[in-house]
Amino acid sequence: MARLTIAEALREAIREEMRRDENVYCIGEDIGIPGGWGGAFTVTLGLEKEFPDRIINTPISEAGFFGVALGSSLIGLRPIIDVQYGDFLFCAMDQIANQIAKLRYMSGGKVKIPIVIRAPVGVTGRGAQHSQMMEPFFHCLPGIKIVVPATAYDAKGLLKTAVRDDNPVLIFEHKLLYGAKGVRSESGSIDASSEIPEEEYTIPFGKAVVRKQGKDITIIATLLMMYRAYEAAQILEEQGISVEVIDPRSLVPFDWETVKKSIAKTGRVIIVEESPRRGGIGAEIAATIAEEMLDFLIAPVRRIAAPDTPAPFSPVMEKFYVPSTERIVQTVKEIINISS
Amino acid sequence: MKENYYSTEQLLMFYRKMVLIREFEERVKFLFLEGIMPGTIHQYQGQEACAVGVCSALKKGDIITTTHRPHGHCIAMGMDIKSIMAELFGKVTGCCRGKGGSMHMGDIEKGVVPGIAIVGGGIPIATGIGFGFKMKNMPNVAVCFMGDGATNEGTFHESLNMASVWNLPVVYVVENNFYGASTHVSLVMKVEKISERASAYRISGITIDGNDVIKVYETAMEAVEKARSGGGPTLIELLTYRITGHSRRDPATYQPPEEKKKALENEPIKKFTSFLLSRGVSKEIIESIREEVKIEIEEAVKYAMESEYPLPEDTLNDLFA
Repeated sequence: MARLTIAEALREAIREEMRRDENVYCIGEDIGIPGGWGGAFTVTLGLEKEFPDRIINTPISEAGFFGVALGSSLIGLRPIIDVQYGDFLFCAMDQIANQIAKLRYMSGGKVKIPIVIRAPVGVTGRGAQHSQMMEPFFHCLPGIKIVVPATAYDAKGLLKTAVRDDNPVLIFEHKLLYGAKGVRSESGSIDASSEIPEEEYTIPFGKAVVRKQGKDITIIATLLMMYRAYEAAQILEEQGISVEVIDPRSLVPFDWETVKKSIAKTGRVIIVEESPRRGGIGAEIAATIAEEMLDFLIAPVRRIAAPDTPAPFSPVMEKFYVPSTERIVQTVKEIINISS
Repeated sequence: MKENYYSTEQLLMFYRKMVLIREFEERVKFLFLEGIMPGTIHQYQGQEACAVGVCSALKKGDIITTTHRPHGHCIAMGMDIKSIMAELFGKVTGCCRGKGGSMHMGDIEKGVVPGIAIVGGGIPIATGIGFGFKMKNMPNVAVCFMGDGATNEGTFHESLNMASVWNLPVVYVVENNFYGASTHVSLVMKVEKISERASAYRISGITIDGNDVIKVYETAMEAVEKARSGGGPTLIELLTYRITGHSRRDPATYQPPEEKKKALENEPIKKFTSFLLSRGVSKEIIESIREEVKIEIEEAVKYAMESEYPLPEDTLNDLFA
């Protein structure tokens, strides 16, 4: 066992998968440069020493190298694409949305597209174009799986599963959870490190984790919001309110069973998300709960989300923008009050 | 033209393929205008020498990307016209089981990547196939077909740059038919030759008559073999003309009558027929090939029309492997 950060756990996952299968390679900007960063958040740092020909540093040409990854996957390679910031996925949007996500379907199932796309997200002191949560833009896009690991243990196991999957998989990694060190460290980071077993493991998609058991209310949250929800749950526990915290770990596929089981027990549910409320993941989860689990509910479904604006820069506004532990605590109390 | 090097058999093979494409497209146009065929179509009449010349220079294992105007490329790569016709009809026997349609057809088994109908979308994908060939040490070449309009897309420039930097086995083939939909090429670029753009990336660029199938074949052969032997990418501009509308019922009234008239005189099949006659090939042989091709196409139409549609619920299949 060794304690690793998410950045380190992802690096180990990539290393192991590249050792296991010579078709696996990394492609992206500012990777594989001796003396460089190993990508924007150090995930691929040093891998070029072991795999000098399989850490491919590209020009700043996102549409171009996403297409290159796709083309290479058609002849059996298994690219792991590294984008510096999730926001840059928009530069490659035609390749992702029209090509990568649809090619297998349009071919009548005759091609496989084993591509992993790793993208950092999180509202983290950079303003609107380097701080977006990207999940909602892809959640509505058939043909891509979406993974959101909140711990180092999950990050390693889910990335290994993603590399072995014969379909496109998007992994959203949170900047405040990486635990990146040195010049690439992130102010305001929180510890998401885990004890990583020596032996190999993978984690299947579509299996949520109940981070904390509870009986009064269910909170569904991913990435940074999972930690905020967990913190709120601890505070509320001391005040006699028992909160269950679910971390879905993957959004596509989604573990409805775990959610259903929890709501059947608690009868109340909140979805917390770091992205704007309108059209967010919370809207989709809430709609499905309303359609399929209404009988269990004793209070309205609630969403706690960012406002419908771009992410602001000023720390004062950013603090207002991102759902806080206090806001979660407050909202839970409101729901409990109206339904007790 | 080094025409004396070619056997009559090989020349007739070029002819047959070009006529197969032409007759296929004419039949499809008719089916479409009659309202028998669904969807939309972008047709290839007038550009046959491009597809046939280039694809004849390829070996098994080489892969092309095509465009929203793919029928000619698919036929030139040897895809079964029955499966192409069935796909146009949205039948389950189509090359993409009815999920692709006209604009997204292809068959990876025949070296045609399906599904790329966004202008410029295929350029990085072909580049990636070349990248993969190089990384896996495979002796193959990727060929990227595109129109003149695609060379104004960012992906064109990103891709040529990467292919140059990484010295990839990719041949970029621009079929300059002088119109991006209804817009004349002179309105959207200042370069006189699109091949000039190659120099920005320090790769070879060449412009030739794209209606001369032998010239196209020889130029493609040289570029493909250069790529295959590690010599890197080439940009080939083929000057040609679309003698039909951009899509569906487009009467192409933006093409001036004089220009069209000249284009019809210079169209590749007419041009190549004259050449064959001058080589002493008999009119009867030429005519018999045309008749054979027509029969083959009627069989394909019959096959497609008699094939089953997919089940409505098949919509839900083929998303994930």
